[in-house]
Amino acid sequence: MSISTSKRVSKWLISGPPLLYLLIFFAIPTGMMALAAFRFPGDYGGLMPLFGTDAATGKTTLLINAQNWHDYITLDNFARFFQEPVFIELFIKSFCYAGLTTLLCLVLSYPLAWLIARSPKKWRDLLVLLVILPFWSNFLIRVYAWMIILGPQGYFAKVVNGFLGMFGVEPLQFLFTPFAVVLVLVYVHLPFMVLPLYANLEKHDMALLDAAQDLGASRWQRFWKVTWPLSLPGVYAGAALVFIPALGIFAVPDLVGGTDGIMIGNLIKQQFLDSRDWPFGSVLSIMLTLSVLIMAGLMSLLGRGGKRNAL
Amino acid sequence: MALLEIRDVVKRFGDFTAVNHVSLSVEAGEFFTLLGPSGCGKTTLLRMLAGFEQPDSGELLLDGKSLNGVPPEKRPVHTVFQSYALFPHMTVQQNVAFPLKMAGVAPDQIKARVAEVLEDVRLQQFATRMPSELSGGQRQRVAIARALVNRPRVLLLDEPLSALDAKLREQMQLELINLQKEVGITFIYVTHDQGEALALSHRIAVMSQGQVEQLDAPENIYSYPKSRFVADFIGQCNLLDATIRSVSAERMQIEIEGVGTLDTLPVAGATVGQKGTLALRPEKIKLGASVATGNADEVHFKGKVHDCLYLGDVTVYIVELENGMLIETMLPNAAPGRARFFDDNDQVELAWRFDAGHFVLA
Ligand SMILES: Nc1ncnc2c1ncn2[C@@H]1O[C@H](COP(=O)(O)OP(=O)(O)OP(=O)(O)O)[C@@H](O)[C@H]1O
Ligand SMILES: [Mg+2]
Repeated sequence: MSISTSKRVSKWLISGPPLLYLLIFFAIPTGMMALAAFRFPGDYGGLMPLFGTDAATGKTTLLINAQNWHDYITLDNFARFFQEPVFIELFIKSFCYAGLTTLLCLVLSYPLAWLIARSPKKWRDLLVLLVILPFWSNFLIRVYAWMIILGPQGYFAKVVNGFLGMFGVEPLQFLFTPFAVVLVLVYVHLPFMVLPLYANLEKHDMALLDAAQDLGASRWQRFWKVTWPLSLPGVYAGAALVFIPALGIFAVPDLVGGTDGIMIGNLIKQQFLDSRDWPFGSVLSIMLTLSVLIMAGLMSLLGRGGKRNAL
Repeated sequence: MALLEIRDVVKRFGDFTAVNHVSLSVEAGEFFTLLGPSGCGKTTLLRMLAGFEQPDSGELLLDGKSLNGVPPEKRPVHTVFQSYALFPHMTVQQNVAFPLKMAGVAPDQIKARVAEVLEDVRLQQFATRMPSELSGGQRQRVAIARALVNRPRVLLLDEPLSALDAKLREQMQLELINLQKEVGITFIYVTHDQGEALALSHRIAVMSQGQVEQLDAPENIYSYPKSRFVADFIGQCNLLDATIRSVSAERMQIEIEGVGTLDTLPVAGATVGQKGTLALRPEKIKLGASVATGNADEVHFKGKVHDCLYLGDVTVYIVELENGMLIETMLPNAAPGRARFFDDNDQVELAWRFDAGHFVLA
């Protein structure tokens, strides 16, 4: 066996299993979902069957044919998405929630990640451990904890409303509001922003900051001209890790969002589990995936803009 | 008035004294070198000049004004870092424009001055490259251009050539000399390479353990080292421990144990009975099968070749005197086709003029 063939074989041996895994658990389900989006719902949920079994003969036949295909395949599900404004509105609202969550996570995580990256080496691992410590308890339990904190009898509401009461402001409700959704989303996703930022900031060459200072840059300029641009890969990674899951999440709005706070994830879940309209649920999922892809594409186009000749 | 004055500066890290009562002054337009072995406090002194460290006591003055408490970004002093510290996310011209932007120079002027300084370091055609796309020597030149572009009063260079290979280093040394002449800015250059220091500097401060051992022009440092440390550190040197036997106005007789007495130049403050070291450069010793001339000014010894080291342009011979003492000497391999003149165990003679060596009091 020549060297190049054995190289090719080992390449496939290494990349084969993960590729197979992705094919079975990602590509095939996604493909099935994409096909489902063009079909009709079944009478009792699921999809309208394409095969029928004749009760008398027990023979299974394909029901769809060249004449009746439009009884089985349709674009109506997509049309519905664009015709009823509630869906697009919900999309926009969800993008806003996820975007706001990402922004807040970034603002809160950056100083934290920076501090960890600048702290003495022997402390860093411990501090990172503290950041991921919440993962050790169940996600739902942590969200339930927030329900107690934000509830009308919780300390958060009592303290804030007590404070507002001094100025004669009516008590506010926190639980089951968009505020609660974003607050809990930020809480849940914070570590996903801190970790990539920390991984990036920790690698920064301190000599660059010395050089910038030596060449006349103030503290502020050193941050915006050196630290920030060099940390952008970490910012992008953290933003993706927060934005994408936050966009599709349904458990948090379900538990703390009330009727005002629902997001696309809730709607998709509803289509599959409650309305039992799989085709429309598939349409929503596909539109969600597409819009994320388009956004990511736009971002990378923006980031690539040639600035070489600029001074 | 000197441009830069360092007055009795001390810097401690815990109970370790990195810079120990250093005083020196640097003139405008000078190429000044801090030379010393690793850990002697060169970088620490430079960082105090740049403003990254504060002296524990003493004072730094620029143009007669104290620099104490002035932060690095406010000092008209720029540094070329050992690692270059080029901003990896900026092109060459953005790197060079950085200090001008920080100083708030108008954009059209920035353009002109960046172009000008890139021409000085011959990097015009690399203006739009990223630092990662440059060779070591080119990065070095970008770092120098960036530090020079808004004309600091003093340029600090911390072992800027240590990451380059020997050939490139020599070329960059020549470029540095020319550049310094051209821009006329005071350079303070840190190195532990004595050859580099001798080649580049107007004056050298040899440092050891946080102190300045000797401050002088390169030729004086080389020919008249003030201490055994300096003699040993600068270039190859035979160090012969000896005792002074007699002193007169133009000669001094010293006794090297087991070798005998010989003449040398007197040094200030020498008294009979004092101990010291005769520092004798290998290239000042004559070597041959028979070199005796009978000249009374010459010292003369017999021995045999103990070892030889072929270096291409010269061959270094270690000669063992009859009493077992080893003396290092060298011969240029100038004769055509000639690789070496002697082999191990060849009988040879050594001779040097009485004023060839330099006596260093202990
Ligand atoms: N921040 C610091 N904390 C503690 N000790 C330090 C610190 N900086 C330097 N030192 C010590 O001070 C001494 C002088 O250091 P310095 O970096 O000035 O040496 P150097 O002459 O530049 O050596 P080299 O040629 O290796 O760069 C060293 O022994 C070093 O360990
Ligand atoms: Mg150093």
